[in-house]
Amino acid sequence: MAMAILSKSSSARIRSRWLDFGLAVSVCLGAVEPGRTTPFTPSDDHQVLERLPAKTSSADLLILRRARAALTNDPENLQTSLRLARDYIAKSRAESDPRYLGYAQATLAPWWDSPDPPVDILVLRATIRQSNHDFDNALADLAKALKADPANGQAWLTRATILQVLGEYDDAKRACLPLWRLASELITVTCASSIASLSGEAARSYELLDRTLERNFNAAASERLWALTVLAEIAVRLGRDTEAESYFRRALALELRDGYLLGAYADFLLDHDRPTEVTDLLKDETRVDGLLLRVTLAEKSLRPQPAAFTAHGSALRERFAASRQRGDKVHRREEARFTLHLLNQPKEALRLAKENWTIQREPADARILLESALAAKDPASARPVMDSLEKNHLEDLELAKLASQFNTGFGVPPSGGRKPK
Amino acid sequence: MRTAAQRRLATRWSFRIGLFAFWIAAFAVSIIPNVYAHKPSDSYLSLQVDNTTTIGQWDIALRDLEYAIGLDANNDGAITWGELRARQKAVEDYALSRLHLRLADSVGRMRVTELLVDNHTDGAYAVLRFTVDGGSSPKTIEITYRALFDIDPQHRGLLRLVAHGQTQTAVFSPDNATQRFELGTPDGGKQFLSFAWEGIWHIWIGFDHILFLIALLLPAVLRRENVRWRGVDGFAPAFANVFKIVTAFTLAHSITLSLATLGIVRLPSRWVESAIAASVVLAALNNIYPFFHGRGWLVAFGFGLVHGFGFANVLLDLGLEKGALARALVGFNLGVEAGQLAIVGVFLPLAYGLRATWFYQRLTLKFGSLCVALIASSWMLERMFGFRVLPF
Repeated sequence: MAMAILSKSSSARIRSRWLDFGLAVSVCLGAVEPGRTTPFTPSDDHQVLERLPAKTSSADLLILRRARAALTNDPENLQTSLRLARDYIAKSRAESDPRYLGYAQATLAPWWDSPDPPVDILVLRATIRQSNHDFDNALADLAKALKADPANGQAWLTRATILQVLGEYDDAKRACLPLWRLASELITVTCASSIASLSGEAARSYELLDRTLERNFNAAASERLWALTVLAEIAVRLGRDTEAESYFRRALALELRDGYLLGAYADFLLDHDRPTEVTDLLKDETRVDGLLLRVTLAEKSLRPQPAAFTAHGSALRERFAASRQRGDKVHRREEARFTLHLLNQPKEALRLAKENWTIQREPADARILLESALAAKDPASARPVMDSLEKNHLEDLELAKLASQFNTGFGVPPSGGRKPK
Repeated sequence: MRTAAQRRLATRWSFRIGLFAFWIAAFAVSIIPNVYAHKPSDSYLSLQVDNTTTIGQWDIALRDLEYAIGLDANNDGAITWGELRARQKAVEDYALSRLHLRLADSVGRMRVTELLVDNHTDGAYAVLRFTVDGGSSPKTIEITYRALFDIDPQHRGLLRLVAHGQTQTAVFSPDNATQRFELGTPDGGKQFLSFAWEGIWHIWIGFDHILFLIALLLPAVLRRENVRWRGVDGFAPAFANVFKIVTAFTLAHSITLSLATLGIVRLPSRWVESAIAASVVLAALNNIYPFFHGRGWLVAFGFGLVHGFGFANVLLDLGLEKGALARALVGFNLGVEAGQLAIVGVFLPLAYGLRATWFYQRLTLKFGSLCVALIASSWMLERMFGFRVLPF
């Protein structure tokens, strides 16, 4: 009632504050009793309890089932195991569903604990370990594989990707070099440009990759997707927003399911205050934690606030709680963003962001740490990130703005994931 | 089925903290399966060990069971309750063959008592409830967990083990499939404190007990003079009045609380709850048309007997272990008294200070009591006839 006398915008603001508060409260309540629900007896035999994810691609499922059946009879058949593991890994990527990684690991069971399995097993084992952010063991597997087979392009590429995530750009660049002989031109240049753009050569690698892509318009769609995504991300970091938009759109137009691209484009839209487009883009992707996070961030700034906002926030909380209970370390970056921008708990967010920084060091990891440190008014915690930005000459407009705030003093509230105006 | 006491607890909750209730409701929305996560596979195993019995509940994802033993009989990509029920035996065999319990030195034989369904963030789960035979009062329990590890090594079994009121958690993985837990012995002091806390909590959220007491106490700082209320002359008579009423109420509800908890007297909770509401109505009406005539303490004793039965229902709902009964009873009762004293401690100085004012004698005593009488009347109707009058 009292709200009627307030202007519409201020009442919406107050309501949103209550909603934020409510989210925090429901999160706290959940912390007391994590995941407590009430089991029930369905009343009707026809009631559908669960829809299996493979329903959309029953042909795929059939192939997987046949391969699995074959493997049950002959578990140590190397070729069958490799094929099935690759299928599962591909499926886990397409669906962003980690259960398939577990299935892939199971097909490699005869070799999983072996110190010296065949090279192909080593490379797949490294891929699965990398997906679980077990980077050290993944790199060890790749080192062994490359020692046995220096011409294994997949191993070099996976190594470069991991080293890039770890922020070890010199070693990462060196891992791209052998690809000149072993992989396509587009893959090689994308690998090299992606890394060089993070270590002081953004403009040069941007142009090189753009030209290479023009030349290779016939390359496989998956290769073009990767190149376009890297181009879009470099453009974002350089502040060339129009070009970034067009690369993102070209990448999306390829219509290959790719959770990473959706996440990157959603972040771009969030930074440019376009929340409606985020919720449209990701409305069918809320099963994936990282993408649900973007949806919820967008809903936070939408007016009127969508009804789903609170439910989405609670779902995220439960997922992060489950992940922590398992001892997983895959979601620290997302959890830090959730904690800072949706729970408004800068200290806890900073703790998570620092923990995350010990595992991975991409620009997004630097950003959440700086944002949390600013909000928590703890400049000392930002030091390692500032040092790393300086050492690598990282060119990133957003990070530069954040870094400059450490020199001009504090008092800046968390920006809700949006660009400071 | 929920008891009347539980229902009452729930309604009072939402009245006091409507906002919280709203968020709890919102929280409940999140478990409706519209935003399923893609998360790695987990199962949730909980075991509860008491002196004489050990019971368990195991939630396993339908997706995992489908992958392990197949549930989707007609291969349409949807698992129905009928399909799950048809495979109940297979589900039980699969689960129980992959979980081994040793209570102290004897094998714990599990028997499934119920198959239910629950929704977690990543979808529907089969819920197996089971009892465990063998080894009473075990000091240790050894658990070997091997479900799903062969087909998904990234599967984890998340254990919640509650023994004698103490909770432990653990994670089972292929590398850590057998774990041993010390169960310790029941901690009497801790149990006592937790029951005392429940007592305090119950008084604080128990609107009807508070209203009854306040309604009785309101005239305690006043005296009747030619059909008009006047403030008492000093603190001593006010204190004496309050002391008599509180002591009588305490004595009475302690008696019936003990009798009911020990199982000597049992009354249907619907009657008890309705009578409690009636006691609030009468206490409030007495402030408008006095008919207790200074015998508030007697009324407090009489209705205190009824309120004691109400407390007992709450205590019985908390679940009592044999052997810890006395501890629970005394702890809970002392908690109730402590909560009650805190209320009186706030009430008495305030009422004493304001006793001579129009605000107190007219507004609080008359109008306030009228409001209380109205609210309590609707509670009474609700509880007698089982329908809802008030929105809270």
